Amino acid sequence: MNAAAQIAQVKAPLTKVSMRNLDFFYGETRSLKDVTMPLYANKVTSFIGPSGCGKSTLLRVLNRMYDLYPGQRAEGEVLLDGENILDPAVDINALRSRIGMVFQKPTPFPMSIYENIAFGIRLYEKLPRADMDARVEGALRGAALWDEVKDKLQTSGLGLSGGQQQRLCIARSVAVQPEIILFDEPCSALDPISTAKVEELIDELASRYTIAIVTHNMQQAVRVSDYTAFMYLGELVEFGETDDVFNKPQAKRTLDYITGRFG
Amino acid sequence: MLSIEPSRRELNGAGDVSDVALEQQASRSDIMDRTRVLARIALVDRVFHQMTRAAAVVVLIILGGVIVSLVHGSWPAMQAYGFGFLTSQAWNPVTENFGAAAAIYGTLVTSIIAMAIAVPVGLGVATFLTELCPYALRRPIGVAIELLAGIPSIIYGIWGLFVLAPFLQSHVQPALISAFGDIPFFSSLFAGPPYGIGVLTAGFILAIMVLPFIASISRDVFETVPPVLKEAAWGIGATTWEVMRYVVVPYTRVGVIGGMMLGLGRALGETMAVTFVIGNAHRISSSLLAPGTTISATIANEFTEAVGDLYTSALIELGLILFVITFFVLALARYMLMRIEQKSA
Repeated sequence: MNAAAQIAQVKAPLTKVSMRNLDFFYGETRSLKDVTMPLYANKVTSFIGPSGCGKSTLLRVLNRMYDLYPGQRAEGEVLLDGENILDPAVDINALRSRIGMVFQKPTPFPMSIYENIAFGIRLYEKLPRADMDARVEGALRGAALWDEVKDKLQTSGLGLSGGQQQRLCIARSVAVQPEIILFDEPCSALDPISTAKVEELIDELASRYTIAIVTHNMQQAVRVSDYTAFMYLGELVEFGETDDVFNKPQAKRTLDYITGRFG
Repeated sequence: MLSIEPSRRELNGAGDVSDVALEQQASRSDIMDRTRVLARIALVDRVFHQMTRAAAVVVLIILGGVIVSLVHGSWPAMQAYGFGFLTSQAWNPVTENFGAAAAIYGTLVTSIIAMAIAVPVGLGVATFLTELCPYALRRPIGVAIELLAGIPSIIYGIWGLFVLAPFLQSHVQPALISAFGDIPFFSSLFAGPPYGIGVLTAGFILAIMVLPFIASISRDVFETVPPVLKEAAWGIGATTWEVMRYVVVPYTRVGVIGGMMLGLGRALGETMAVTFVIGNAHRISSSLLAPGTTISATIANEFTEAVGDLYTSALIELGLILFVITFFVLALARYMLMRIEQKSA
């Protein structure tokens, strides 16, 4: 059974992003092959699969991060609220303000904790001091970090622990008020307690944002996501509700992967 | 080996036991070899240790020697003029009345002009090369900048005197004079006839000479910024300017400041090119277009003609002053870097 047919079976909530026949090339290497799948609004979609299967590449297509590098190109269509974001005419900065991204390693900017959040907000809005303070506090509270940092907002973001830095990065993404947040293995550099906090956070964020998360940790996919996409060698092998993908996978390769027979 | 072993076993009867004994003997002689080797290595290491220490000590001795001989050489002038040497503009070899103020002023002003031009342009070049330039052009432009740093200063001097100065005289300086003629402060800054040569021209030449240092060091440190950090900034919709201004430059500021200080050090001490185009006049003029002099240009120009002991001594004292200025610039740079590092830690 092919991926498209599976998607038809899933009872469809509101579609936020729709990828159609998406191909991606690093130079000559084709690293996404004819991927067609949706991201549903206010749901968490996880991407699983062995290293090099194209999960991270797919995220980088969604905010067009690949544009920074010559020789990388995407073909096909990615519709965000019906608009094709692969169109060269799309304003990339505006696009990226709608799609936040959290990376594998925490990436706090070399500035104070406060400025790390305010920086992104200031790119789009000119706020009076009091409003800015409120926005920063809101974002930090949203990332469950406020109580830990409220007394040291003016110290460098680089002084926080790895888990705190990662939540700072999530707060920074949230502060720009995006519609979608992409997580690229957000917990792979974190200890279990920090991981639990970030997962809890993703769960909360799902009520307001559309979330895509790449993970190597299948338990994590089960814990946090509503939908799961299994990818292998650039192809979308299976997409469906997380429970279905893990409990009754349709494809043999999915079964082999989730039971640990390869990957 | 394979053929010997069984026969030895047969000869000894209790083959296994004596094999063990043989092996032990062999390993004992191995150990003795090893001790000798280790002793030799330790000796080599001690010699190496002492050689590196000697190299480090030599640097200190040379530095000390330079300071001592500068102080010793300038002692007569210090006694004759005292602290007035620093504030006097006089420079009269006939009456042997010397003062360093004009040279110090010229040195500082030409360096400030050079840095004011070279720092923004250098950072711009580095930004273009690391972020915006098509890949095919990166190498050629990078190499060109490094070649610019390798041009001997005498060539900058000739070019400055025969090409840049006439050009400035006929095109740039008249425009500056008429443009700023009515603005109170600037009218005196750009006053007087366009000589071509002068403080401003020397500043331009210096800017061209320090630009490659600032550009190539900034480029190198910009390239150390983790791509994912820049992606994070782009990922929230920052523009190239915002990524550079708020992420790349703060992340690399220690290295960038280091590059600037290296450039400043060269600008302060640069002799040949400046001597060609500054006009060598011992006076402080409010106009940047007027001829002036710098410490190093004065020394280079006049050492051969310095007949009296006091004349020579005054030139050496100028050298000492330049030494102190560069020392303080470097010390200040170190201090700033230390502060920045403490703050970010």
